[in-house]
Amino acid sequence: MAIVTFRDALNQALREEMQNDDRVFLMGEEVAEYNGAYKVSRGLLDEFGPMRVVDTPIAELGFAGIGVGAAMVGLRPVIEFMTWNFALLAIDQVVNAAAKMLYMSNGQFRMPMVFRGPNGAALQLSAQHSQAWESWLAHIPGLKVVTPATPYDAKGLLKSAIRDDNPVVFLEGEMLYNTKGEVPEGEEILIPLGKAERKREGEHCSIIAHGKTVLIAIQVADALAKEGIRIDVIDLRTVRPMDVDAIAESVKKTNRAVVVEEGWEVCGIGAQVVDYIQRECFDYLDAPVLRVHQADVPMPYARNLERAAKPDAQKVTAAVRKVLYQE
Amino acid sequence: MATKVVMEALSPTMEEGRLVKWNKNEGDAVKTGDSLAEVETDKAIMELVARGDGVLRKRLINEGDSAPVGQLIAVIGTADENIDALAGGGAAAPQAPAAAQEAKPGAGEQPPQEGAVPAGPAPDSAAPPAQERPRDARTSVPDDAAQSQGEASTPPQERDRRGAERTSTGSQGATLGTGSSEPGDRVRSSPLARKLASERGVELTTIQGSGPGGRIVKKDIEEAAAQPSAAQAQGAQAGKERASAAPAARRISTEGDYQDIPLTQIRKTIARRLAESIGPVPTFYLTAELDVERVAEMRDSIIELGAEYKVSFNDIVLKAVATALQQHPEVNAHWLGDKMRYFNRVHIGMAVAVEDGLITPVIFDADTKGLADISRESRELAKRARDRKLKPDEYTGATFSVSNLGMFGIEHFTAIINPPEAAILAVGGVEERVVAVDGAPAVRKRMNVTLSCDHRVIDGATGAKFLQTLRRLIENPLLLVY
Amino acid sequence: MNRALLRSMLLQRRFEERSAEAYALGKIGGFCHLYIGQEAISAGALSVLRPDDYVVTAYRDHGLALARGMTARAVMAELFGRRDGCAGGKGGSMHLFDSKLNFLGGHGIVGAHIPLAAGVAFAIKYRGGDQVCLCFFGEAAVNIGAFHEALNMAGLWKLPAVFIIENNRYGMGTAVSRAMANEDVTVRAATYNIPGESLDAQDVFAVRDAISRAVERARSNKTPTLLEMRTYRFMGHSMSDAVSGTYRTKAELEEEMRRDPIILLKTHMTGAGEIDDDAYAKLDDEIKAEVQDSWDFADASPEPELEELYANVVVE
Repeated sequence: MAIVTFRDALNQALREEMQNDDRVFLMGEEVAEYNGAYKVSRGLLDEFGPMRVVDTPIAELGFAGIGVGAAMVGLRPVIEFMTWNFALLAIDQVVNAAAKMLYMSNGQFRMPMVFRGPNGAALQLSAQHSQAWESWLAHIPGLKVVTPATPYDAKGLLKSAIRDDNPVVFLEGEMLYNTKGEVPEGEEILIPLGKAERKREGEHCSIIAHGKTVLIAIQVADALAKEGIRIDVIDLRTVRPMDVDAIAESVKKTNRAVVVEEGWEVCGIGAQVVDYIQRECFDYLDAPVLRVHQADVPMPYARNLERAAKPDAQKVTAAVRKVLYQE
Repeated sequence: MATKVVMEALSPTMEEGRLVKWNKNEGDAVKTGDSLAEVETDKAIMELVARGDGVLRKRLINEGDSAPVGQLIAVIGTADENIDALAGGGAAAPQAPAAAQEAKPGAGEQPPQEGAVPAGPAPDSAAPPAQERPRDARTSVPDDAAQSQGEASTPPQERDRRGAERTSTGSQGATLGTGSSEPGDRVRSSPLARKLASERGVELTTIQGSGPGGRIVKKDIEEAAAQPSAAQAQGAQAGKERASAAPAARRISTEGDYQDIPLTQIRKTIARRLAESIGPVPTFYLTAELDVERVAEMRDSIIELGAEYKVSFNDIVLKAVATALQQHPEVNAHWLGDKMRYFNRVHIGMAVAVEDGLITPVIFDADTKGLADISRESRELAKRARDRKLKPDEYTGATFSVSNLGMFGIEHFTAIINPPEAAILAVGGVEERVVAVDGAPAVRKRMNVTLSCDHRVIDGATGAKFLQTLRRLIENPLLLVY
Repeated sequence: MNRALLRSMLLQRRFEERSAEAYALGKIGGFCHLYIGQEAISAGALSVLRPDDYVVTAYRDHGLALARGMTARAVMAELFGRRDGCAGGKGGSMHLFDSKLNFLGGHGIVGAHIPLAAGVAFAIKYRGGDQVCLCFFGEAAVNIGAFHEALNMAGLWKLPAVFIIENNRYGMGTAVSRAMANEDVTVRAATYNIPGESLDAQDVFAVRDAISRAVERARSNKTPTLLEMRTYRFMGHSMSDAVSGTYRTKAELEEEMRRDPIILLKTHMTGAGEIDDDAYAKLDDEIKAEVQDSWDFADASPEPELEELYANVVVE
């Protein structure tokens, strides 16, 4: 079994899908000659040429719209944003055009495209470059929003996203690119969108997480396992559509839940998860559901402040103990 | 931070309590859990304990005064804390300041008015649980969703609390509920605990929660529910210890201890028509005269073994009734309005006359207890009843009741059913009568019993069959030990 | 040919007149932007296209949809919000779509569809095709970033698109002079290193000529073009805007209406002996009947099924 980085897993997915389907092209800033700002597209220009691996000017709104137009007439664009922070400039194309085209044309124009790029805070990138956008995007009907946590999931989900006939927002945790994991070679990996995965099995408490925070959840689960506290870690993998059945199944078993996310508290993904839990599992709850998320502030630069602002294993552990009434 | 002492609901049905005796004087140091006062409820005399630490700064009612549940009756604070605002009763109690002025223990100060109830939830005003939405609500159409939102809206007091929780911890980047206690004596319990409690027939008010702020959680219900079955498993040999073991746990009927029978149409019609005919509980009576010659013999032989084995006629009757009930769940039943509940366990309420009335302590799982246990327990319960020391969980939860007026020389009487129980057995005195035995007159010890039956649950033949079984057991008491 | 142009323009005119009536009667809701006065652009430009070319426009889209060949029935039923509308009643006035006619909408955010047109042109080039994509937008859209970003990339990558400014002189109520530092919008073409041209777009022949040249450039040389079509709208910005309003005078309006593109074409055709008053009246009656038919059709068309609410949110 090959051990590959998250970034190379994405690279494999892009390469395989571009080999499979000549309608698939990659467009964005620095994706071609520079090999990608985060090297996700390394080698693709050489293999597929400049018509399929397209460097753009710094014009997020423009090239996102070009992707939408190309998708309207049957191509399958993969639009890379250098980071999702810059994608705000293109949000009109994502929200007003891509997400709604199928609906307002009553099914006549599909949007088989992917908007992808790094999401969430990295290290000391400060306020404008350290943001997790999934709750904004998951709010929009018509979009699918995918948040892989492991190289295997990244590959399988990106391949599925490219094959999906809907506009898929693909959020790659910026801190995940260098993480490694098993990705089998010579095997077609396709992970259905909208399906969560249990990353750890336990019956005392559920931790529901997505993207980068899944790694925190696993870390917490493994540490607590030594105390005999067994955590059910549910990796949502896709936050829209959300796998409510998986959440409900876990919480009905454990009666307790902590929801973790990189984004801010208000109207966050966690708020939606908690809503599903209270709807689906009301009579199964033995404790209030708690959330762990970024502090409700713009991301500070100073190392200590940044650490204090981010969700981490310590905060998640504290929340777990609290819902277990262990304080 | 001062702690309000309010009249607490010390029995499930208590609306008002009379303060019998203050156990602390103003100025005394108190710790959480200390007994502050003895309070007479509608059923018993209970202890009111401190819910905070400090000094008992102010007593706001006198011994002998009554106060409705929820009324402020004292204040605990630090020695030098200004408690005027609290002792004055706050905005909710305009009359109270007068009561607070220079109140001295035992002095004839002005009693607080009944209206001086501090704002705060009454014991049964727990927020209604939000309605569970149908599973497919997440795909429901907007007009439907709008309705659901209305249904699922947060009760105001919940909303306040949640808001407070968020602001208190949001800056740490984690929304952690504080679990802080809230004023009043609303029963705090998790949704899961409420569901389990309802399934197992557990009264939440009888359980001390182990969660934050005393929240009752799943573990508490399971532990409470596990105790009686553990007691059952221990069997008779553990009886001596069990007689005084936690009664709170024993009174619980959990799922599996009973069967709920939905009402058939004919049952509903019978219930309605009979109720119209005779009153809310359409009762009929079945009387039998039982021969207790052998019971007397058995009792004599037991007593010969020594004073410590002494049992009464009534103990043996209780044992026989319990055994018979075990075989006749259709009599060991409750009428619940929309259904009948047949119990698999036998908890016998034993009517005890007390100075100013009547109370019915319960012998739980009487069918599994030996005669010695029943005898000891009934003696203790009767004494505690007369001393008014019964706890609420010792006089609730009966599945069937027995009333014995034999000691008053009553030959025969009818007892009134204690709803929702479906029947009660009235037991008369044992006396010698001349009866025909094998065609010849003979003097025998005889005893009348009368079963009052709720006709909505029990039909004549059903009640008669129960009495048949009871007769067989009483007249062949060896079956009780078989 | 000329008769076809006249027919198209007259159909648009009569259709829009009845749309206004239907709006006043409450049969059409929401925003409704009429095309009256600008018909020479749609009729002239789309008369040049092949069926496999593409058209994308903004929210003032009724006239272009009809000129592209959508039936009056399909458009009117859409305006009425009915099942037989071109988008099943789910798009409405601003979002007319017809995939079979390569009519790509109907977009409601000013300027946001300009990058879409560049994307369509990119796809044409990607596939090695020789189609073109025509993109229509009002003059106010040239002030928005999307215009700049799209035209820059179209010029940079040589995409087969024609960007058509329908300069009706007012962005809603804001005159061009109050919105553009340089009113000569064709200079912008130079910025992107593409041909630019400005013309009197009340003259349908001028429109045809300019579009023909631009389409040819796009088809053969993959060169985009920016065209300024000088026109005038005879109605308010939308149905909620007065015809003359506070931002333009009645005198100006009347002056411009003298250059009604339909009258100009009719005069030309009469002069050339291609039509007389009787024939014109007969054509007009025919068209009025067609529009009446579309009204009746739309009125009779059922509302969408409620299940449609959740249909086509995503491809399942």
